[in-house]
Amino acid sequence: MDTWIEALVALFLLIGSLFALIGAIGLYRLPDFFMRLHGPTKASTLGVGGMVIASLIYFSFRGEGVSLHELLIALFLFITAPVSAHMLAKAALQQKLRISEQTRGKPWEQ
Amino acid sequence: MLAYVIPLCLMIIGVALVLTMARLIIGPDLPDRILALDTLYINAIAMLVLLGIWLGSDLYFEAALLIAVMGFIGTVAVAKYLLRGDIIE
Repeated sequence: MDTWIEALVALFLLIGSLFALIGAIGLYRLPDFFMRLHGPTKASTLGVGGMVIASLIYFSFRGEGVSLHELLIALFLFITAPVSAHMLAKAALQQKLRISEQTRGKPWEQ
Repeated sequence: MLAYVIPLCLMIIGVALVLTMARLIIGPDLPDRILALDTLYINAIAMLVLLGIWLGSDLYFEAALLIAVMGFIGTVAVAKYLLRGDIIE
């Protein structure tokens, strides 16, 4: 395999895994649920997108023709991540979770 | 180059899985735990895709797609249960 292709695959792999790590750190460190919701729904989904692009490039240049079916995973995740985040936010509002001082918008009296 | 980068990426995603697992254990409320499970399956998909590149096998793609579909359905079902007290009304 060409060195440039390999470097491109390595770059996308590093970008993807770093975004996944950033999402997990956000999930671990942020103070309340409505802030924690931001990490996984944005950063981790983008991380999987980077991984999938790397896999697509790798399997396309291996000599068996263009391989596009990895895009299905990214497409499905990009459609479903906002839906599940919306359902989780609605469930959290229903449960009246504690919110920290910096969270803007107070749907109920603390 | 890939021989060095792929174990590094596996290590980074392993750290992400450990952090998510910690949130799953200490998470104070129920939606936190559901969110941690959601992140756990997304990171597992990333790890499976990475493993597929490492072993040069196309088979891991199907497993990743199945995990994506089933994980989404599970998250929506549990969130719906919290929201309504019932899954299918």
